Amino acid sequence: MINFETRLHASWLAGCALIITACAAPPPGTDPAATTGQSMPFASTYSPPPGAPTLLVGATILTGDGTRLDEAAVYFADGVVKAVGTDLAVPPGTRVVEARGKWITPGLIDVHSHMGNYPVPGAVAHQDGNELTSPNTAGVWAEHGVWPQDPAFNTARAGGVTVVQVLPGSGNLFGGRGVTLKNVPARTVQAMKFPGAPHSLKMACGENPKRVYGSRNIAPMSRMGNVAGQRAAFNAARQYLEKQERAAQGKGEAPPHDLNLETLAGVLKGEILVHNHCYRADEMALMIDLAREFGYHPGTFHHAVEAYKVADLLAEAGMCASVWADWWGFKLEAWDTTRENAAIVDAAGACAIIHSDSPVDIQRLNQETAKVMAAANRAGLPVTPEHAIRWLTSNPARSLGIAERTGTLTPGKMADVVVWNGNPFSVYAMAEQVYIDGALVYDRHDPDRQPKSDFELGMTGIGGGL
Amino acid sequence: MRRAWILLGVLAPAIAASPTAANAGTLAIVGGTVETASPAGRIPDGTVLIRDGRIVAVGAAIDIPAGAEIVDARGKIVTPGFMDPVSTIGLSEVSLEPSTVDTNVANDRFGASLDAADAFNPRSMLIPVNRIDGVTRAVVTPVGVAGGVIVGRSAAVNFGDAAAAVDRRHVAVHAMFGEAGAAQAGGARTAAFARLREALGDARDFGQNRRAWEQAGRRDYGLHHHDLEALQPVLRGELPLVVHVERASDIVALIELADEFGVRLIVTGGAEAWMVADRLAAAGVPVIINALANLPHSFESLGATLENAARLAAAGVTVAFGPDSTGGGSHNSRNLGQSAGVAVANGLPWQVGLAAITANPARIYGLEDVGQLQPGFVADVVIWDGDPLEVTSYPDAVYINGRAMPMESRHTLLRDRYLELLNLR
Repeated sequence: MINFETRLHASWLAGCALIITACAAPPPGTDPAATTGQSMPFASTYSPPPGAPTLLVGATILTGDGTRLDEAAVYFADGVVKAVGTDLAVPPGTRVVEARGKWITPGLIDVHSHMGNYPVPGAVAHQDGNELTSPNTAGVWAEHGVWPQDPAFNTARAGGVTVVQVLPGSGNLFGGRGVTLKNVPARTVQAMKFPGAPHSLKMACGENPKRVYGSRNIAPMSRMGNVAGQRAAFNAARQYLEKQERAAQGKGEAPPHDLNLETLAGVLKGEILVHNHCYRADEMALMIDLAREFGYHPGTFHHAVEAYKVADLLAEAGMCASVWADWWGFKLEAWDTTRENAAIVDAAGACAIIHSDSPVDIQRLNQETAKVMAAANRAGLPVTPEHAIRWLTSNPARSLGIAERTGTLTPGKMADVVVWNGNPFSVYAMAEQVYIDGALVYDRHDPDRQPKSDFELGMTGIGGGL
Repeated sequence: MRRAWILLGVLAPAIAASPTAANAGTLAIVGGTVETASPAGRIPDGTVLIRDGRIVAVGAAIDIPAGAEIVDARGKIVTPGFMDPVSTIGLSEVSLEPSTVDTNVANDRFGASLDAADAFNPRSMLIPVNRIDGVTRAVVTPVGVAGGVIVGRSAAVNFGDAAAAVDRRHVAVHAMFGEAGAAQAGGARTAAFARLREALGDARDFGQNRRAWEQAGRRDYGLHHHDLEALQPVLRGELPLVVHVERASDIVALIELADEFGVRLIVTGGAEAWMVADRLAAAGVPVIINALANLPHSFESLGATLENAARLAAAGVTVAFGPDSTGGGSHNSRNLGQSAGVAVANGLPWQVGLAAITANPARIYGLEDVGQLQPGFVADVVIWDGDPLEVTSYPDAVYINGRAMPMESRHTLLRDRYLELLNLR
């Protein structure tokens, strides 16, 4: 396990375990183009893969909005959910899949991934997730470092993951913009980009930024420096925005275009959602006040191992906490965890999410959630499967500003659907079929529906256990 | 703990509910489905009889002595405690706080002679966290020596008695090859392999000529004489040499080296072990794998697959599971059951999956009375509320050396404090 520990630390330093999300009821489907008032560069070229009108019948369905239906069916066509219920009438020619004994859920959504920007293999040449050249690199975009051939996209899909947010790492106070992707095989990142999904800003508080820069004898070297750096940046963004607004009214020159300030101004305008890597409860409270000072929504806290301590504050601020089921102890700010973290956040009325931050755990988000659900039930916090599935579907959709488009099996939403071989909250559960926008993109029983990336060709055994 | 006491109350309401009361006499765990991880396999409605910290009887029709304390395990699953076979529990508390970490050293003097037992902290906060989820024992190992490929000796420890936690000071010597070994040895596998060969060769020469060496009548060795001494039990076959290695070709190279020196080899890591399963089986080399490793994390693990365990076991290789390094390492040894469950979901027989986290890790280190529910074995017993390999199952009670363990940790105390504070309970 020698290597494992070493690698673990390396990955944290690299910025894995460091994020924040922007949960709070963000404006769904915000058009990021509005941020700049011009057409958005690097626009999505995603087009849904071809799919056939499909009826899945006889299954237990967790719709993602808290509802459980037994012996029920879901019908989707033209890429969207058309109906969920029993005795559905469907047009002739509909592809019918017998799903008796199976469970159906919305596609899983991981708000914290580094697939593509910290891909496997974890080669030196592949470290594209942290621009550790300045504590403020708000102007870099995760999508410019995403390698679509990362084999981990495929294993994640086999675990039922249909949407991921790829984030920059947490070595910087402002790591850059995150990108939301549909988890389809593609040659370019543009072809994976979730159409219309808002951009996000990855922020970080706590140990990582102060360690990275403090070790170089530059700011931030302390948590004080962290917050000062964040306030200074938002001050500058506020002035930038005011200048832009005055210029638009014909009062003075527009400021020179600045990539960092464009991102931060986008946050102040509510067009870019905040995802903030933050472990400690007291720092989360500070980050909420920082957002109040500058008038933006504090978004989603990522990792947040102490979220349970301030679950009421998160609820009051309309936030999400995106957490692991049980990672802890790798650094001091990750010391005070509890198995029931997500469940306590949820019970207090905040938005709970289970995330992976890992190409390993992303394959088993259902199992990670199951651990929390079972622990919570033992601790007297009742959590049903139909409720727990929200931590992987509708809540992350809300965090990413795409809740109107996906995250529940609601007519009109994207037909992102997983058929499980049984109750997904089990170590023995397997995703048997995964649909994205109504297209069958993974089938456990059909090798032709198990896409391999270019990297995997000609190699022995990659993902061979799937 | 609360839950365990409720159980006790079912059949023996008069018994005082305190852990120490359980130690005094005989304990009978009755009515559960007993998964022995032994040749006896599964015993429905079985009894486990415990006295003086040892199991004295296991079976379906066991006479329960008068006065025995009875624990009702009806509807529950009873298993041996889990064992982390490559653990840093008690050696590494907060991974990124160097003052709390005793697994890695930068020195040019010692390697094989470094003893995990000298640093092991039996009061580590990691112990209760993992113990309440069924982990009762570990082999704790050093991890790294800067510039060296032999990293020290592991110790067998129990999590039940801080005053007597180390059961065996020396259970194996640990080393590394492959990418990690190459990095330490100067950048190439050639150098890492040369270091291993030099160490074993020098140690053999030292062992055969100790008197001459003491009289300065022998050549200098590349290793400190303490390290040469530490390798003697390895050369005598008394202790295994545990080598972290992933790539199939590296595993074969080690099998041949071990054969040359008559060394008992254990492979850890072993992402590509399935590709050389027949060689491992023929050489009798056990493998400690990460059951969740199915990605090409590096170029030495391109063949990683979730079917590794199943394929190795089918070939006759003894398999044990180590903690998932990417999911928190030994901080989360408590997820060993999940690892086994994933392997089972990918083709490993269930009983073999349980053995891979109980009987097998004990056996490969020569810990003869650990890891099974058999007469004469230490009484590490866990009563589960469901399938112990299932992610929704948790222990109702954990016994180590026959003593009931408190079912709390800092994590449960934090939970309870904040449930109160937030008025959620």
